[in-house]
Amino acid sequence: MDFTDSTEEAAFRAEANAFLSQHLQPKKGAASRSGNYLQRAKDWQKIKAENRFAQITWPKEIGGRGGSPMQQVIWNQEESKFDAPTGPFAIGLGMCVPTVIAFGSDEHKKRYVQKALFGEEIWCQLFSEPAAGSDVAGLKTKAVKDGDDWVINGQKVWTSGAHYSDYGILLVRTDPDVPKHKGLTMFIVDMNQEGVDVRPIHQASGGSEFNEVYFTDVRIPDSDRLGEPGMGWKVALVTLMNERLAVGGSPGPDWAEIMDYARSSGSMSDQAFRAKLADWYVAAQGYKLTKFRTQTALSKGETPGPENSIGKVITANHLQDICNSAIEMQDHYGIISDKDHAPADAIFQESFMWAPGLRIAGGTDEILKNIIAERVLGLPQDVRVDKDKPFSAF
Amino acid sequence: MNFDFSDDQKFLRDEARKFLEAQCTSAHVRAVLDDDAMSHNDEVWQKIVEMGWLGAAIPEEFGGLGLGMLELCVIAEELGRVLAPVPFGSSAFFFAEAIKLAGTDEQKAEWLPKVADGTIVGCLATTEGPGALSAATVRTTAKDGTLTGTKVPVTDGDIATHAAVLAKEGSGAGIYIVALDQDGVSRKALKTIEPTRSHAEIKFDGASAARLGQETGNGMAVLDQVMNRGAVLLAFEQLGGASRCLEMATEYAKERHAFGRPIGGNQAIKHKLADIYVKNEVARSNAYYGAWALSTDAAELPEAAAAARVAASEAFWFASKENIQTHGGMGFTWEVDCHLYYRRAKLLAVQAGSPAVWKEKLVSALEAKNAA
Repeated sequence: MDFTDSTEEAAFRAEANAFLSQHLQPKKGAASRSGNYLQRAKDWQKIKAENRFAQITWPKEIGGRGGSPMQQVIWNQEESKFDAPTGPFAIGLGMCVPTVIAFGSDEHKKRYVQKALFGEEIWCQLFSEPAAGSDVAGLKTKAVKDGDDWVINGQKVWTSGAHYSDYGILLVRTDPDVPKHKGLTMFIVDMNQEGVDVRPIHQASGGSEFNEVYFTDVRIPDSDRLGEPGMGWKVALVTLMNERLAVGGSPGPDWAEIMDYARSSGSMSDQAFRAKLADWYVAAQGYKLTKFRTQTALSKGETPGPENSIGKVITANHLQDICNSAIEMQDHYGIISDKDHAPADAIFQESFMWAPGLRIAGGTDEILKNIIAERVLGLPQDVRVDKDKPFSAF
Repeated sequence: MNFDFSDDQKFLRDEARKFLEAQCTSAHVRAVLDDDAMSHNDEVWQKIVEMGWLGAAIPEEFGGLGLGMLELCVIAEELGRVLAPVPFGSSAFFFAEAIKLAGTDEQKAEWLPKVADGTIVGCLATTEGPGALSAATVRTTAKDGTLTGTKVPVTDGDIATHAAVLAKEGSGAGIYIVALDQDGVSRKALKTIEPTRSHAEIKFDGASAARLGQETGNGMAVLDQVMNRGAVLLAFEQLGGASRCLEMATEYAKERHAFGRPIGGNQAIKHKLADIYVKNEVARSNAYYGAWALSTDAAELPEAAAAARVAASEAFWFASKENIQTHGGMGFTWEVDCHLYYRRAKLLAVQAGSPAVWKEKLVSALEAKNAA
């Protein structure tokens, strides 16, 4: 056992780091959102693509590096050390464009892939609906064939980045008279056309990172269909395969931050706190080291085991628990989120309000546990009373 | 990045699993459970001795196989899976590691070959009463090469031929090697919640003893290091047991029907088993890190060992109790093996310091490392 890179990995890491140092500042705390973040993100994406550091594992023919999954991991590790504006492209290049590559026509690939890769166009993913979250195949937005077009009516929700996206992949119901998974179809949709109305969601945390998207008589040419009519669920599974890996990170204060606070506030002598700190360290290490096991498999060219499925189940609850304890440690003062007063720039208060969303986004705790139970342990599926009945029957 | 066992080590694991599944079955464990006169299963023990595993991490110059600590971790996990009713851990994890760590060259040459070939069985005797062990709780006293005092409970204390005993010496403490078949030693088997591993009360009344190493008064510091090493090995043993509990619960949840379908189709059961899976993977990753620290003598060993031990104790406890729960009424019968894992989980969780003790060690190590 060791934690060192192989010779090739070390060489690639050095190359990546040298390139990053040339173009970006080292990160201090959270990534900076200042200035024209969107334009900075587009500029950075272009520089990466020109130097074949965007989409390391994509084949060279479509602008990738033709590299290994391990190289992508190394790149991500190095890029995360810098103040890199990557957010707007994560979903498009991680989920949407790979779906276009897998199911689109040659024309689609020519038209869309390079533009996305070089940061000229941003993509969003339009699956979730007000009545279709965990059971996304129960969605109701409908598409009706009219000549060579499809006419779309309905509403999507929780769409990250819809307000700055140029295109989206859109999952809709084209046949309500068959069981729900069989009546879906996937389309490419131009987000800037008439009838597409994007409205920001005012989240419980106070921010607005997500949107509602309304479709009113929106026309999509049949040529922008991805996969056959009725095949949309299979297409969507390819898109979703990548999501839970993308959402698995730990985006807030961890054991080290609460330990720093406890030391500065004289709370380290509290035995109950010390015991909890030990538990947080064990969980954080468990998450980090499990990723090392996954990387080891990638490094050897093997398929990682199912252990990486534990990620978001751990991190979301972990974050919520740490923030809750940090606030309670401050007693009444802990309710203050004003940075002029709150310790640690109010990171605990901010993440306290963000954590409930993290437990839901990209698969709720409950859905993730179902996935572990069904796909890893091989337990039977939940009861699905709508399974073999026409969607319109419900 | 190579955070995994090697192909050779995985081969050893597969071979050990095959061997133990054939040679150490539930019936072998239950023979000890159901017979108060049986301290351990000697038939299983002799076969394990023949495999040479006791010497896996003992250098060849001292009669071992000279493989390494990672190999011993692999064996520990497999012994944990089958609840091996033998004094392996006492002899190989604690007694041998204490001698390797603190013994003089003469002591290593005298004792390690005998541990490796099973001529002697060692144990570690520290506890004297309820509560966490500390220098203040040690009353057994060493004076002029003799020991006086009582250790209770001593895991495998009535099987062992020799004990490494923590005793006061002057203002400090020392670890003493004592032969248990002498006049100054009397032992009595104890009734415990884990009858498949024997425990004894050992009384020393002027028993002749030899201090481990030459330095006086450093016994608590040495013990701390021995415990760090033993903690990683015990974590693997616990991990083996926890993994087996998840397998048992999963198999049962698939076959047991209630309300017209397998109980494993219900989210209350699915999520329970998913929770076990998550805790087991957290324990596995922390145990691997402990194994790395142990095998490389890394400076991170104190926090790595403590994290491995905390995670493994929690995982085995949780898996063993929820395994019973998943089995319902059947899980509460003597004939179903669930309670054997529940018993073993608690023994291994407190045998070398309770989770509370290790959480405190972990936080102290983090404080020392990040000293302001």
